[in-house]
Amino acid sequence: MSKLSENTIQTASQELIIDGASCASCVGKIEKALRAVAGVESAAMNFALRTAQVTGDVEADSLIKAVESIGYNAKSTNEASDDELLDEKEIADEKYYSSLLKQMWLALGLGIPLMIYSLAGGPMTVDTTLERIVWLFIGMLCLGIMYFAGKHFYLGAWKSFINHSANMDTLIALGTGTAWIYSMIVVLFPLALPEMARHVYFEATAMIIGLINLGLALEVKARGRTSEAIKRLLGLQAKTARVVRVIDGKEQEIDIAIADVSLNDIVRVRPGEKISVDGIVVQGCTSIDESMLTGEPMPVEKSANDEVVAGTLNKSGSILFKATRVGKDTALAHIINMVKRAQNSKPPIGRLADVISGYFVPVIMITAIVSALAWLNFGPDPALAFAVVSATTVLIIACPCALGLATPMSVMVGVGKAAEAGVLIRNGEALQSASKITAMVLDKTGTITAGAPSITDIIITDKAYSENDLLTLAASIESGSEHPLAEAIVDSALEQGIALESVSDFHAITGQGVQATIKGQQLLFGNQKLMLSNKVALNDSVAKAQQLADEAKTPMYLAIDKKLAAIIAVSDAIKEDSVSAIKRLQANGIRVVMLTGDNSATAHAVAKKVGINEVFADVMPQDKANKVAELQAQGEIVGMTGDGINDAPALALANVGFAIGTGTDVAIESADITLMRGSLHGLADAIAISKATLRNIKQNLFGAFIYNVAGVPFAAGVLYPFFGLLLNPVIAGAAMAFSSLTVVSNANRLRLFKPKEH
Amino acid sequence: MMIINLMGLLLIALIVWWFWLYKPSNVVDASAENITIVVNNGVYQPSRIKVALGKKTTLQFLRKDASSCAATVLFPDFDISEELPLEATKSVLLPAMSAGEYLFHCPMKMYTGTLVVE
Repeated sequence: MSKLSENTIQTASQELIIDGASCASCVGKIEKALRAVAGVESAAMNFALRTAQVTGDVEADSLIKAVESIGYNAKSTNEASDDELLDEKEIADEKYYSSLLKQMWLALGLGIPLMIYSLAGGPMTVDTTLERIVWLFIGMLCLGIMYFAGKHFYLGAWKSFINHSANMDTLIALGTGTAWIYSMIVVLFPLALPEMARHVYFEATAMIIGLINLGLALEVKARGRTSEAIKRLLGLQAKTARVVRVIDGKEQEIDIAIADVSLNDIVRVRPGEKISVDGIVVQGCTSIDESMLTGEPMPVEKSANDEVVAGTLNKSGSILFKATRVGKDTALAHIINMVKRAQNSKPPIGRLADVISGYFVPVIMITAIVSALAWLNFGPDPALAFAVVSATTVLIIACPCALGLATPMSVMVGVGKAAEAGVLIRNGEALQSASKITAMVLDKTGTITAGAPSITDIIITDKAYSENDLLTLAASIESGSEHPLAEAIVDSALEQGIALESVSDFHAITGQGVQATIKGQQLLFGNQKLMLSNKVALNDSVAKAQQLADEAKTPMYLAIDKKLAAIIAVSDAIKEDSVSAIKRLQANGIRVVMLTGDNSATAHAVAKKVGINEVFADVMPQDKANKVAELQAQGEIVGMTGDGINDAPALALANVGFAIGTGTDVAIESADITLMRGSLHGLADAIAISKATLRNIKQNLFGAFIYNVAGVPFAAGVLYPFFGLLLNPVIAGAAMAFSSLTVVSNANRLRLFKPKEH
Repeated sequence: MMIINLMGLLLIALIVWWFWLYKPSNVVDASAENITIVVNNGVYQPSRIKVALGKKTTLQFLRKDASSCAATVLFPDFDISEELPLEATKSVLLPAMSAGEYLFHCPMKMYTGTLVVE
């Protein structure tokens, strides 16, 4: 890091969290210490929040030092960067993991020997005074373990109880608490209970606490892996940038922290370095590997005026570029944000589990009471012991966590996986809908084709004009139009060094073409409809145009003063892999439909080349949405793919709207799913990943439901009358601990999923 | 036995009342005081927060629970999810809301809170 960034001064207001301030009198001391720091204008501490607000030109570090010097701890709450947050999270997770392991060993240290003793046939009953003394001692040890290894369960249970809510802690606390209290009653007042019921369950309490801590610890580890995709994206961010700055009147290139790069800075990137912020190349040319963002393996050539994107890798040349988007505005930052948001959103399939988990814990508590009552009323002797065991086991085996984790874990991994393949999924709903698509509508221009049309033919029908004259007129009139084909004509003319004429009375007629006046000549340029409505005689030109259209070219008529002068044909090359991608979609049973504003002959010619049988041609932009609605009326779940701008209404109406990005300039807010590379394989990938994720969620939900639906009655003892089977509370504890781990591990399996290529 | 059964039923009734029927009345007004929602021991504290109608609101969260569940807070109605750093306050900006009650919770819904917009 350079001197510049190290000396960055925090201006305005900042907040510190103060630790160790135990009395109101500390406040004055801390405020005084803060005000004494050079540069501080004001300092005020909020004792209730344990925070201090400081204003002035001062570094956070010197404030922290000042607080520490008088015996308190402080830290800054200023927004940390994403990867700092992630690092912090990892450190915190690691700490939490090792504390859980410690607690586990503590609990198992008592639980395992007791368990072995009981399995080996050692009496777990209280009959003699010596036994009472020994068990009392063990009971006290157990209480210690409940405090040191299980405090968080009891505290959590109590806090939620007084807030009228209940969670997993409630169940564990009640289950282990019941077993311990019953055992203590046996030890302290054995005579109050029938002889057969004088059984202690200290081993259950200790083992359950140990096993559940183990389960939590393993879950922390497994969860860490689910955020790998975000970690990878964050890893793409460069840490520093080399910018050109004027120092002492001389231009110099210096390295500064990425956060210090400002708009319009000129940034140098050498071969092998990452692009630090988004920008436009001003000097040099190179090839850039954008695969990390787009999934597109081929490097892209860049020279002056081309866009470069943060996070991509400069391969061959050294370039200078001007920063156009920095900090939180870069495409990469947007992508990271979107992936994070999507990872935490829930598809509708998870809603049922949400509703259930809201009622789950109290229902289990009631089940435990009903089960205990049933044993007391109808159970064999010792009914009381059976009642306690069954109630404890019901409380322990029920696992709301597995249910709650089932959906979010899979979504987290699935959305991350998709991002790796260059597919940005907006939210859980889009993910679920994408897995159900039955029909896919593809826009032709820019979706199936490259979207960069060029002039292929100029057929002159009025010999009074040269090809050059005609191109000049066509390009001049189209220079005012926004149609993609217009751009092709203007570009062709400019490439040939043609100077454009000034245009007056310009008029665009939607779905037909344009009309304008150039040097007193009235021009019409567009399709057959435009010519017919202006009574321009076409004669045999129609056949010539038809022939061009059959070759997948788009013919346009140019009429000068209502007399046909030329047919100009433009063609848009089909993307190389459109054919194989469309085949992939069709192989998945998806009905593929092409939608275009282009004429029917051209549209059919393109459709034939790529293997699409259904074509809606000559569709006005505003009618595209109607076509989507038509398909929906036929019962199809419709995916619509377009460039995200012209097709907005259709994209919005479709069950899932896919926007095709060109990798660099992604309109990621405009669609349900954004394909970062131009290839239609992204569609098949997106659908495959959605299907795999939904399958994974269903497995998880099914597993969690079955586990609870089967486990709870078993624990209550419904099998006892038939087979004499009653679950041991320790086994229930193990099952519960591992049920949520199973869900997380199953979700992690998704990381290995690979969409089948081509 | 009769007494035990009655006690059991009473307990069930208490559970139903305490967890489902009871409507908490202590709502903390986010606009009146600079409040921080502490995330610890399975609860958001405070968990019922009054928010002004039709105004953007910022809520401060302070997470003290290391468990990974507590690390994210979701406002599903507004498509907001925020990571909460451990032992540090984090501001969450909420859009202007129409009247009603909106839940916020951790991904597993073990932590739940309610925004009361009026």
